[in-house]
Amino acid sequence: MKKKWYDYLWIWSLTYLILGFVNILFAWLGLLCFFIPLIISVTKGTKAYCNRYCGRGQLFSVLGGRFGLSRKRDIPKWMKSKAFRYGFLIFFFAMFFQMLWNTYLVFSGSQNLRQVVKLLWTFKLPWHWAYHGTLFHAGVAQFAFGFYSVMLTSTVLGLITMVLFKPRSWCVYCPMGTMTQLICKAKAN
Amino acid sequence: MNTVKKRRRAFVDQTLCVACGCCVKVCPLKAIEIFKGIMAQVHEDKCVGCGRCAKECPASVIDIREVQA
Ligand code: SF4
Ligand code: SF4
Ligand code: SF4
Repeated sequence: MKKKWYDYLWIWSLTYLILGFVNILFAWLGLLCFFIPLIISVTKGTKAYCNRYCGRGQLFSVLGGRFGLSRKRDIPKWMKSKAFRYGFLIFFFAMFFQMLWNTYLVFSGSQNLRQVVKLLWTFKLPWHWAYHGTLFHAGVAQFAFGFYSVMLTSTVLGLITMVLFKPRSWCVYCPMGTMTQLICKAKAN
Repeated sequence: MNTVKKRRRAFVDQTLCVACGCCVKVCPLKAIEIFKGIMAQVHEDKCVGCGRCAKECPASVIDIREVQA
């Protein structure tokens, strides 16, 4: 099968992760991976983003497939159940809003900027080396740290399930994938 | 005389399919597609039951079964 330009979007995903180590403000670019799939599903009623353009999914298939970093076993039944997928989506939302709340607190001046990336919603990794001050408000940087935490956490989870199960196991419980599928279902009715 | 021909094809458990499209990418015959972003659908006439999609599917919801042709 001939490769199209969009088959190389995994390079963008990889670059994004690296840029976060260089300057945390690049994390803002990740909003593209949030809005594009939502816009496509709301306007077109398809999962074209997952099916074609998602660089993260491609990255997992490159690492797990071509590089052989996956055991290629079946994912456990409970992980593909609706209960787990919807539950994870809700949990993800809650964590996302908590992140937005922290950003708000920094914007309003009632909390200082924390130069940390929070991995798996628990482990605080010092990340000051990717922050060089900003022309913008400290809240802009706080959002970047928070958003990058979301992206890094989901990548790490995805890598773990990639190794344990099939390369793109993350796509089974990816909140963005679940959400766009729900939107498509709602639109089709 | 009646000869019963058996052939194989893919079946998707559509209640568990996440519509990720991994199956579509590997099918050499374009015999599987995503229906309205909801689930994968197999074109019965095109599918030859090679099993590539089943191997790729991250949710392992594709079965290859024998059918009467
Ligand atoms: S399910 Fe998530 S990771 Fe997988 S292709 Fe869709 S958006 Fe990308
Ligand atoms: S790869 Fe599996 S889960 Fe993904 S769309 Fe195809 S059948 Fe559905
Ligand atoms: S079994 Fe082979 S031909 Fe049939 S849908 Fe899957 S990949 Fe395509």
